[in-house]
Amino acid sequence: MTAYLLKRLLAMIPLMLGITLITFVVIRLAPGEPVEAMTALSPKITAETRQRLREFYGLDKPLHVQYVTWLKKVATFDFGRSFAPDHRPVTDKIRERIPVTLSLNIIALILEFGLAIPIGVFAATHRDTLYDKGITVFVFLGFAVPTFWLALLLMYFFGVKLGWLPISGLHSLGSEGLSPLSWFGDLLKHLILPVSVATFGSLAGLSRYMRSTMLEVIRQDYITNARAKGLAERTVIYRHALRNALLPVITLLGFSLPGLIGGSVIFETIFAIPGMGQLFYQGVMARDYPLVMGILVIGAFLTLVGNLLADICYAVADPRIRQGRG
Amino acid sequence: MSWRRLLCLVSLMFLVSCSDGSAPTAPTRRAAGPPAYGDALVVGSIGEPSTLIPILASDSPSHEVAGWVYNGLVEYDKDLKLVGDLARSWDVSPDGLTITFHLRRGVKWHDGADFTSRDVLYTYRVTIDPRTPTAYAEDFKQVRKAEAPDPYTFRVTYGKPFAPALASWGMNILPAHLLEGKDITRSELARRPVGTGPYRFKEWIAGQKIVLESFHDYFEGRPYVDRYIYRIIPDSATMYLELKAGGIDMMGLSPVQFARQTDTPDFRARFVKYRYPSFSYTYLGYNLKNPLFTDRRVRQAITCAISKDEIVHGVLLGLGQAAHGPYKPGTWAYNPNVNDFGYDPARARTLLAEAGWRETGSDGILEKDGRRFSFTILTNQGNDQRIKTAQIIQRRLRAVGIEVKIRVLEWASFLTNFIDKRNFEAVILAWTIPQDPDIFDIWDSGKTGPKELNFIGYSNPEVDRLLEEGRRTFDQEKRRRCYWRIQEILARDQPYTFLYVPDSLPAVSSRFRGIEPAPAGIMYDFIHWYVPKEEQLHQ
Amino acid sequence: MALCESWLYTVFWRRFRHNRLAIAGGGVVLLLFLLSVLAPYITPWEPGAIDAYHVLLPPSPDHWFGTDELGRDVFTRVVYGARISLKVGFVSVGIAVAIGTVLGLVSGFYGGVVDTVIMRFVDIMLCFPTFFLILAVIAFLEPDIWYIMAIIGLTGWMGVARLVRAEVLSLRERDFVLAARALGASDLRIIFRHILPNAASPVLVSATLGVAGAILTESALSFLGIGVQPPTPSWGNILTAGKDYVEFAWWLSLFPGLAILVTVLAYNLLGEGIRDALDPRLNR
Repeated sequence: MTAYLLKRLLAMIPLMLGITLITFVVIRLAPGEPVEAMTALSPKITAETRQRLREFYGLDKPLHVQYVTWLKKVATFDFGRSFAPDHRPVTDKIRERIPVTLSLNIIALILEFGLAIPIGVFAATHRDTLYDKGITVFVFLGFAVPTFWLALLLMYFFGVKLGWLPISGLHSLGSEGLSPLSWFGDLLKHLILPVSVATFGSLAGLSRYMRSTMLEVIRQDYITNARAKGLAERTVIYRHALRNALLPVITLLGFSLPGLIGGSVIFETIFAIPGMGQLFYQGVMARDYPLVMGILVIGAFLTLVGNLLADICYAVADPRIRQGRG
Repeated sequence: MSWRRLLCLVSLMFLVSCSDGSAPTAPTRRAAGPPAYGDALVVGSIGEPSTLIPILASDSPSHEVAGWVYNGLVEYDKDLKLVGDLARSWDVSPDGLTITFHLRRGVKWHDGADFTSRDVLYTYRVTIDPRTPTAYAEDFKQVRKAEAPDPYTFRVTYGKPFAPALASWGMNILPAHLLEGKDITRSELARRPVGTGPYRFKEWIAGQKIVLESFHDYFEGRPYVDRYIYRIIPDSATMYLELKAGGIDMMGLSPVQFARQTDTPDFRARFVKYRYPSFSYTYLGYNLKNPLFTDRRVRQAITCAISKDEIVHGVLLGLGQAAHGPYKPGTWAYNPNVNDFGYDPARARTLLAEAGWRETGSDGILEKDGRRFSFTILTNQGNDQRIKTAQIIQRRLRAVGIEVKIRVLEWASFLTNFIDKRNFEAVILAWTIPQDPDIFDIWDSGKTGPKELNFIGYSNPEVDRLLEEGRRTFDQEKRRRCYWRIQEILARDQPYTFLYVPDSLPAVSSRFRGIEPAPAGIMYDFIHWYVPKEEQLHQ
Repeated sequence: MALCESWLYTVFWRRFRHNRLAIAGGGVVLLLFLLSVLAPYITPWEPGAIDAYHVLLPPSPDHWFGTDELGRDVFTRVVYGARISLKVGFVSVGIAVAIGTVLGLVSGFYGGVVDTVIMRFVDIMLCFPTFFLILAVIAFLEPDIWYIMAIIGLTGWMGVARLVRAEVLSLRERDFVLAARALGASDLRIIFRHILPNAASPVLVSATLGVAGAILTESALSFLGIGVQPPTPSWGNILTAGKDYVEFAWWLSLFPGLAILVTVLAYNLLGEGIRDALDPRLNR
């Protein structure tokens, strides 16, 4: 297991390098020079200061040298200072936003898996029935509806019409004075709409995947054998088939992350949730290059970590890999 | 103050902008209980402030929040007259060159330190310091000498008469004891300001809200409303739903919301709507250095091709008026005799033909010397009205053979990457109309440098002379003659197509009492708003 | 490939025909094609006809879907929007399929270092939140429809590359390929005559789903103000214009919203239908 882990960790290094390289290239492809955006903020900039800044940011060096310099800083999680008027370190800005986005997405992820797996299994065991079709349409509806439109409709219905749920933000006013329990309850209430929207939108992919793996497993010999042995259908499905069908789903865990993080731009904007997606959108629109590069790298890094965790889970669940076949 | 003229209009909310002398629509008010302390006013904003050090900020959210934390030496009262704020009174020397401010005694900074003339002197010095990245230095460079003979006296001497001098001291005064000798761009005051104003900073939760609480030792008395909460809600649709659900207490309504969505009994019971002309105008500005727009006839033709009435109807739903020049109708500097071009597409075509633009291709777009008449209008994100205006203009210009593209940009990047670099063909933007009619910064041919406001590159020697004349005298009649003539020239030159003056349309939760609409709007008197004890919502 | 064709016509169609959801999806997609071709003949108005004096009118015999915030006919704009949605979907997916197919083929066919490098590149690209990359590039360039389509394509080819590679790997050692090689067929000939036709089916499925994804991406970009720019109507920008009036001018968001929903749903059902019909393991 240790050897496997080590191997996986080592494999991350070239990927990480590739991530930084692509980020660097994408940003440098942008028209205009980062320092332009920065110096333009100051009215009294002279050619001399501009040159000094260029040197400071290493922009007078060839591109590969610039990349290496930047990479060295990135290795210590130093992404420089934001070009926004507040000039705060990018790392600080990301750090205060990441917990929100991450916890929201993890909750959505748990719900997604918790709902999509049973839905997929149900659809598979009721293949081609009306239930199956109904489920198919339902999960695809979630995928097909534009997120922001659904969000607005729900906000209007539950927030304004019925007045049951808060519309936006994370906390009510005066929530600081509440007991920890009611404070948490208040937070949960705020999370219901954004998490539901995020989950509903992501059900389709996983549940369809689950359905087809399940169908595949059911057809295999050992299941037929199990049936032949006279085991109850429930036992066959849930003890034998499900366990095997679940294995490949684990790998999907890591790969669900980039999609969710990407989608957070929309629902963080519409629900006024101060997360990384919102920050990225603002940074992109304001051409805040250090911030954009920082979030791209960290976003991809999170996915890598997610994949690693998924792989470890997989290894734990499937002894063949642990014992060095992989 | 200069940049602020431009920047006030960024967001959709015209809450603090002013109105002209006409009576705002005064809503009927319910019987009010006695004034009481307590409760909180929650306002919503699309953007988050960038810094709470006002001289460093160039966005309206920053100024909106900082405005409650700091004071200037002077301010405009409800009738838009200059009155003392941190200055108790002032004397102007007979030649008008020296102003001596007598400062209020006993004014405290929020951290308990005393406010003195040292603070004023520091603010002046840091503003004109070339290392300070501020856009507000211009008016203060006119000062020849600034001195603080004693802690409660501040004196400035100008080299030449400068008509807007007094008004310029409305600038927010910063605390010298916390900033002197430090790099202002790295100061933590940017995120936790200390001022002398009616509200003191409590907390700023990034991306969520800024909370201010009333300053009990405020020199004009403790404000009734305990807290001012500035919530950041990036989407305009969400903000309106929040207003209806009670999550925020006040927002500037869009014309559609004002005219079509809020006339329900429920809304009327819970909110009071106000309407008054804002002190601003929206315009289509041309980059005069671009060969497309160097010919005056072309600019006149574009103005002829645009129906301002259509824009006022379609975009503002009639809640505003057409603009023909840089002043507000009814003010003393406004010239009512200026004849602008009416909507006249036939004339537009004639003018374009005179300028050499001919229809040669099959797509109906005019050409001249092999160049198609096609240009891009830039405008800023977050202002729906300007984007709609751009689309109407696009349509009308297409009808006379001009192709228009529209590009919507984020504010900061718009300024730095496009305006400051003169990297644009045409823009739709707005200026705040200042109380003093001095518009030197926007029209003088010398003000075309980087970060300066004449970014379209307008240059007319007669206008230059009149602008100088107008700011160098205190005689209102003489000034009027200068500014009236300027309006005639601008109408002929059409460096901008002046579009419209929108109305401010704030809606405020009806639990707030003591709101007195005046020419200055409603927010000028916020410290006297209150919520009767039994109606208080928060705490 | 006689084998391929006969198989398509008999087995595929027999299976597909029984999948009513997929048939419905296919029907909607066909209808959309018709709509976008016939747009000028079935719409009563011109898509850009601004009428500032009749903004936000509710549906009426004159304006079946009401008018928008500038008095334009919503029905007309939604129909014309179908064109843009199809264009965005097909061009961007075309780019993705082209890149993915070439890289997948090369990777699978040649193997070795080439394969490793390409597959690591795929892994890296899969780590990025795609929407972030799209957002960054569009905002730094400009929200031009061609840029939008290009960048959606450039960030969406990884799945196709993996599919094609897997197919190539399984086909490479198959009898008919080995036979062709033994007869002296060149690499290119083998690729084009024998491998590509067989890899086409999974790519088709993935492309169908990709079109749906591209339409949604465009609407998300429109919501952020950097999608298809005015005056061109896209479902995304009509819906965005309507978002400020959900409870009042409901027609402005309902119709483009439904258009997106139905279309994306249709493409998904169609894609699923094709997949099921093509899957040899799902024999009835």
